Amino acid sequence: MKALYSFLAVIVLILIATLGVNVANMSSVFGIIVPYLAFVVFVGGFVYRVIKWGKSPVPFRIPTTCGQQKSLPWIKQSKIENPTSALGVIVRMALEILFFRSLFRNTKTELKEGPYGPQLAYGSAKWLWFGSLVFHWSFLIIVIRHLRLFIEPVPFFVQMLDGLDGMLQIGLPPIYLTDLFFVVAVTFLFLRRILIPRVKYISLPADYFPLFMIFSIAVSGILMRYFYKVDIIAIKEFAIGLAQFHPVIPQGIGVIFYVHIFLVSVLFAYFPLSKLMHMGGIFLSPTRNMISNNRMVRHINPWNPVLEVHTYEHYEDEFREKMKKVGLPVEKE
Amino acid sequence: MYKGGKIIAALIIFVAFLTFPIFYNLGKANAGPDVPVVQQTATTQCVEPAEYMRANHMQLLNKWRDSFVQQGKTEYVNSQGKTFEISLQSCLQCHSTGTVPNAGGASIPASNTGGVSNPALNTSDQFCVSCHNYASVKPTCWSCHSGPEGATK
Repeated sequence: MKALYSFLAVIVLILIATLGVNVANMSSVFGIIVPYLAFVVFVGGFVYRVIKWGKSPVPFRIPTTCGQQKSLPWIKQSKIENPTSALGVIVRMALEILFFRSLFRNTKTELKEGPYGPQLAYGSAKWLWFGSLVFHWSFLIIVIRHLRLFIEPVPFFVQMLDGLDGMLQIGLPPIYLTDLFFVVAVTFLFLRRILIPRVKYISLPADYFPLFMIFSIAVSGILMRYFYKVDIIAIKEFAIGLAQFHPVIPQGIGVIFYVHIFLVSVLFAYFPLSKLMHMGGIFLSPTRNMISNNRMVRHINPWNPVLEVHTYEHYEDEFREKMKKVGLPVEKE
Repeated sequence: MYKGGKIIAALIIFVAFLTFPIFYNLGKANAGPDVPVVQQTATTQCVEPAEYMRANHMQLLNKWRDSFVQQGKTEYVNSQGKTFEISLQSCLQCHSTGTVPNAGGASIPASNTGGVSNPALNTSDQFCVSCHNYASVKPTCWSCHSGPEGATK
C-alpha cells in the first residue's frame, strides 16, 4: 500500500510532465524554470540542513566497540576502527563513505531449530552492502558521465570514464555497464523492501518514493539513449545554455526528455527534505568522525553553563577578618 | 556552530562541484558543433532519410558490417527500394569533407569554439569529427578502417 502511493506519485509526476509539454505546450516551464528552481532548492536546502546540523552540540567522543581502544602498550590498538589520530579518522571515514564499512558489518539474526529447541543464530549478510555499493557507485559514475552534456570541451577524465563504462562495446550506441548495474541494483533494493516481511513492515512511502523516482529516471534515460533517439547535439546546446544562464528550448525534442529532466528536478528538489540527505549526513556521523581520545585530551561539555568560580583564596580574602574574629585558622595573615 | 570551519569548508567544496559546469562554461560561446559540409549533388541521395540517419547511422553501419562480413552481401536495399553498395566509400562520397564554423543553429553566439584538442578524440577536421567530439562519442570505425582521407582519391 505504501509502495503503491509512492508509485502513483511518480506516475502522476510523469503525467504532469507529459501533459504539460504535449498538451499545455509549457516546455519552457519544464525545461527551464523547473530545473533552475530545483537547483536552487537543492543547493539552498542542502546547505541549510547541514548548517542546522552543525549547530547541534557535538557529543562526547563515542569509542566504538568494533576495535580495540588504545590502552596498555602491550595491547594492540585497532588504529582504524578506534583511531587516536586524525589520519586514522580520515581512513575510517573514507572507508565508511567509499565502501560503506558499517553496512559491511550487517548481520542477520535468525531463530533456528536446534537439538534442544529453537536456537538464536547470527550470520553474515552482505547482499545489502553489495547492492548499495553497486547502486551508489553506478549513480556516481552516471552523474559524472552526464558532464559530457554540460561542458564543452569535454575533459579527459569524463571521456575516460565514458570509455570505461562502455568498454564491452555491446551494441551501438555501446551499452553502459553502469546502466545495467544501476537498474539491477535499484530493483534489488526495491524487491528487498517488499519481499522481506521485517523490512516491508518498517518501510515508509518515503523509502519507496526515491526508489521509484530513481528507477523512472534511469529508465527514461535508457530509453532516450537506446530506443527513442533524441537529438544529442540539441540537448547539449540546451544544457550548456542552462549552465550559461541563456537557455534556449531545443526544437523537436521528444517528450521523454522533458519527463527525464522533470523527474530529475523533482528528485533534486526533494533531496534536502528527505532521507536522501544521508549524502551530507554521513560526514557528520558522530561514532565515525571523532578521534577516540576521551581520556587523552580534556573534553569540555559544550552546553556546560558558564559558572563563576569562587576559589578558597577568594573566599578567605572576603571573610578573613570575620574568620579571625571567631578564631578560625586562615592561610594568609 | 561546532566544527563550523570544517563544515563550511566542506559545503564550499560541495557547491563548487555542483556549479562546476557554470564556471567551466563561463564566457564561452554556446555555438554547438561546426556544421559538416555534405558534398551533395542533385542526383545523389543518402542511404536513408536524413532524420533516420541522424538517429540511427551507427546501427545502420553495424548492420552493414554484419551483412557484409558475415553474410557476404555487398548491396543494401533501402526503405525506398534503392540499392547501395555496402562500403564506407558509399558514405564518404558525400560525407568526407571538413566543416565550416557554425553560423546557425538554435543559439547563435558569434564565434565558434572549434575542435577539441584531446588525446582521446580524433582531431582531424573530417565529417564525423565535429559532432562526435561535441557529444564526446568516439566512433570505433577507424580502429580497423583506414582513415577517410583515402576516400577523396
